[in-house]
Amino acid sequence: MRLYRSIPLLRIVPDDTKFDFMRFRRISFPVSAALSIVAILLFFFHGLNFGIDFVGGTLIEVQAKSGAADLAKMRAALSGLGLGDVQLQEFGGPADVLIRVAQQPGGEQAQQAAISKVREALGSEVDYRRVEVVGPRVSSELLAKSTIGLGLAIFAILVYLWFRFEWQFSLGAMIANVHDLVLTIGYMSLTQIDFDLSSIAALLTILGYSLNDTVVIYDRIREMLRRYKRMSMPELLNISVNSTLSRSIITHVTVTLALLALLLFGGHAIHSFVATMIFGVVLVGTYTSVFIAAPILIYLGVGTSRMDAEEPAEEAKTSNVKS
Amino acid sequence: MLYISKWKAAAILLTALICCLFAVPNFFPESMVKRWPAWAQRHIVLGLDLQGGSHILLEVDANDVRRQKLLALQDEVRRVLREARIGLTRAPIIRGNSVEVVIRESDLQQGLAKLRELSQPLGGFVGSTGARSLDVENAGGGVVRLTPTEPALLERTRQVIDQSVEIIGRRVNAMGLVEPSIQRQGNDRVLVQVPGLGNPEELIKVIGTTAKLTFRLVDTSMPVEQALQGRPPPESEIVYGSEAERSQPYLLDKRVIVSGEELTDAQPGFDQRTSEPIVTFKFNTSGARKFAQVTQENVGRPFAIVLDDKVISAPVIREPILGGSGQISGNFTVESANNLSILLRAGALPAKLTVIEQRVVGAGLGQDSIERGKLASYFGAALVVVFMVATYGLFGVFASIAVAFNVGMIFGILSLLNATLTLPGIIGIVLTIGIAVDSNVLIYERIREEVRTGRTPITAIDAGFTRALATILDSNITTFIAAAVLFFFGSGPVRGFAVTLGIGIVTTVFTAFTLTRLIVAWWVRWARPRQLAIS
Repeated sequence: MRLYRSIPLLRIVPDDTKFDFMRFRRISFPVSAALSIVAILLFFFHGLNFGIDFVGGTLIEVQAKSGAADLAKMRAALSGLGLGDVQLQEFGGPADVLIRVAQQPGGEQAQQAAISKVREALGSEVDYRRVEVVGPRVSSELLAKSTIGLGLAIFAILVYLWFRFEWQFSLGAMIANVHDLVLTIGYMSLTQIDFDLSSIAALLTILGYSLNDTVVIYDRIREMLRRYKRMSMPELLNISVNSTLSRSIITHVTVTLALLALLLFGGHAIHSFVATMIFGVVLVGTYTSVFIAAPILIYLGVGTSRMDAEEPAEEAKTSNVKS
Repeated sequence: MLYISKWKAAAILLTALICCLFAVPNFFPESMVKRWPAWAQRHIVLGLDLQGGSHILLEVDANDVRRQKLLALQDEVRRVLREARIGLTRAPIIRGNSVEVVIRESDLQQGLAKLRELSQPLGGFVGSTGARSLDVENAGGGVVRLTPTEPALLERTRQVIDQSVEIIGRRVNAMGLVEPSIQRQGNDRVLVQVPGLGNPEELIKVIGTTAKLTFRLVDTSMPVEQALQGRPPPESEIVYGSEAERSQPYLLDKRVIVSGEELTDAQPGFDQRTSEPIVTFKFNTSGARKFAQVTQENVGRPFAIVLDDKVISAPVIREPILGGSGQISGNFTVESANNLSILLRAGALPAKLTVIEQRVVGAGLGQDSIERGKLASYFGAALVVVFMVATYGLFGVFASIAVAFNVGMIFGILSLLNATLTLPGIIGIVLTIGIAVDSNVLIYERIREEVRTGRTPITAIDAGFTRALATILDSNITTFIAAAVLFFFGSGPVRGFAVTLGIGIVTTVFTAFTLTRLIVAWWVRWARPRQLAIS
C-alpha cells in the first residue's frame, strides 16, 4: 500500500468516515426552512442596500490630496448644494471618502448636472478616484437584465441537470440552490452590503459552484444507485456523501484560500463581492450539498423504482466491481 | 486511460505551450512588442477600471428623431402637393405623431394618390418585412393624416446613431484624446470610452452638444417685446440668447440663410482689436454665394448666429461679406472658442444625444487595483499550492503544475482574443486557481477510493481517471452555464469576470483531461508504483 500511503500526507477526512448525514435531515430541513423564511422576511422588510447600478444616482470616491479627509467640512460643502440625500463615508483609509448622491429628480440630464456641482463644491483639494453616474434609464434596465439573467441561469441549469440526471435530481438541486441564493440574499440584507452588478455576479457564481458541489455528490449517488440495487435510500445516500466528503472539504478549503487571499489583499473595491462569495460558496454551499441536496432526494422518490428497472448490463458490471 | 501515444502527448504539450506563449507579449513593454510580427502582438487590454479612464454612454433622444422626421415630412407634403397643383383647405401641420393636411374635396383622390407615393417600402430587400415608411390615412372631411411608422423611426434612429458615431469620433480626435473608442450600442446608443481621461466634463460638453449652427436674419418689423406679448409674425420666431446672456430674446426669421453644413473650416483665434477669443470660419462656394447675396441686400440690419436654438451673437451687417469667411465673437473663453471650432469642423449631430451613464476611474485607483489584484493572485496561488502539496505530496506538485499551466493558458487565450481584463476579471482568475485544483482533487480522491477497494495502483489510477472525468465535466458545465449567462446579461467589468471565469473552466477541463493525465502517466511509467504497491 505504498502508493495509497504516499498520496495523502495531510489527512483531513479519515478513510472510513461513516457519519450519518441523513439522520440530520430532521434538523437541517426545519433549520433551513426557518432560515429561508427569515431571509425572505429580511428581504421584504429590511430590504437590500441597492447600489446606484440599480436605483440610479451618483457615486464618487475621492482621496484627500494631503492628510486625512475632513468629512465634516466636505459634508457641509455638499449639503448646501440642494442635491437631496448625500451620504459620506470613510472608505478604506482615512484619506478616502465615498460619496453617494441620491438619484436627482428631472431625468437623465439632472444626474449629469449633479456631478458637476459636486466637483465644483469639493474643489481641487481631492483626487477623484472613481466617479459613477447612472441615470434612471440605465439603472432600471440593469435591474431587469440582472433579474432575467438570474432566472435564466437557474432555468438553464435546471434543464441541463434534467438531461444529465433524472428530473428528481434536477428538482432537488434546484431546491437546494435556490435555498442558497435565498440565504445569501438574506445575508446581504442583514449586512446591508452594497447590492450592485457585482452582487449579481457573486450570486451567479455561488449558484454555479454550489451546483458544482451538488453535482459531484449526485454523480456519486447515481453511480451507487446502479451498483447497489437493494440498499435503503438513506444508507445509500450516506455512503455517497461520506465517500465524496473528503473531496468536498479539500475543494472548499482551496476555494476558501483563494477567496481569503482576495479578501485580505484585494482591497476595498472588491470587498463586498468577496465577502458575499465566501458566505455563499463556503458557508452555505457546502452545507446545502450535504445536508439538503442529498437527503431531499429521499422525499423526491429517487430510487424507489429501482427493483423494477434493473438493467442486466449494469448488474454484470457492478458485480464485477464488487468482487 | 494511462496509455497516451507519443503523438498525443506531443499534441497536448504543444497546445498547452502555444496557449501559454500567447501570453508572452503582455510581459514586455509595448514599444518592444510593436516591433514583433503582427500575429505575436495580440495582448490583453486592460479595462477602464484598471487603467483608468472614462466610460460614457449616450442615448439618442427619440422625441428629437421623431420631431425632425415630422418636420421633414411636413416640408415634403407641402412640396409634393404644390408640385401636383392640389388645392388645400389648410396647409400641413404637425399634430401629435402625425402630419395633417386638409385637401380640397375635388382634389382629394388625386392628393391621396400623390401622398401615398411618399410611403416607401423599408429595408432594401423586396418584401422582406412588408413594412412601409408611412401610414397614409384618409380621416374624412378632406383631412389626410400621415404618420411615420415605428420601423421607419427605428431605421432613422439607427442612421442617426451611425452618423453620430462618426461625428463624435471626429470631435474626440480633434480634442487630441488618446485611443478613444466610439461604438454603437444597441439601436439607439453610443458608447464612448477614453482610457486615461480622469475628468470627462469637457468631453461630455463637446460630445453632448448637437452643434446645429444657422445664420439667420433678425426680424426688425416688430420690436421683440411686442412679439413676446402678442404673436410673432408667422415667418418669425423668438429665440433666446446663449447662457451668458440668457435673458435676451431675439425675433428671428425662420428662414435659414446658411447653415453649419456649408462650413468648410472653423478655427479658434483672437480678435485683432479687442483680443477677445473668437472663432473664424469659412463657407463653401454655395454657402459663400448665399451669404454674400443676403448681406448685400441687408446692410445695416442685424443677423444672428444661432447654435442649438440659442443666439450666440447678433452683429449688424456693416458691409456685404463677399469673401465667404467671417468670425463669430460672443463672450468666448479660449476654451469655449476652441470647443466651438471643433464642433463646427466635425459637423452637427443629426439628433440630440443625452448622457445616460458615466463611469470614470482615476489612474491612481486603477494602478492600485492592479497592484492589489497581483498581490491577491500571488497569495491565493501560494496558499493553494502549499495546501495541495501538504495534502497530496508529489501529487500536489502535479496539481500545482496543472494550475500553473491553467493560469498561463487563461492569459494566453485572453491575449489571443484581445480580451479586456477588468478587476472582476482578476477575481475570476484567482477563483479559477482555487477551483482548478478541484479537478485534481476529484481524480486523486477517486484514486484513493479505488486503491481502498483493493485495486493495484495502476488500475486504481486508471479507474480513478475514468470515473472522475465524467464528474468533472458534469460539475464544470453548471458553472459554465452561470458564466455564459453572466456574459450575455452582464455589462462592463462584470462581463470581464464572466470571461475569465468561463475561459478558466475550459482550461481547467482541458488540463484535467490531458495535462494531469499525461503527467501522472509519465510518473507511473517512470516510478513504476506497481512494484511498490502492496494490495
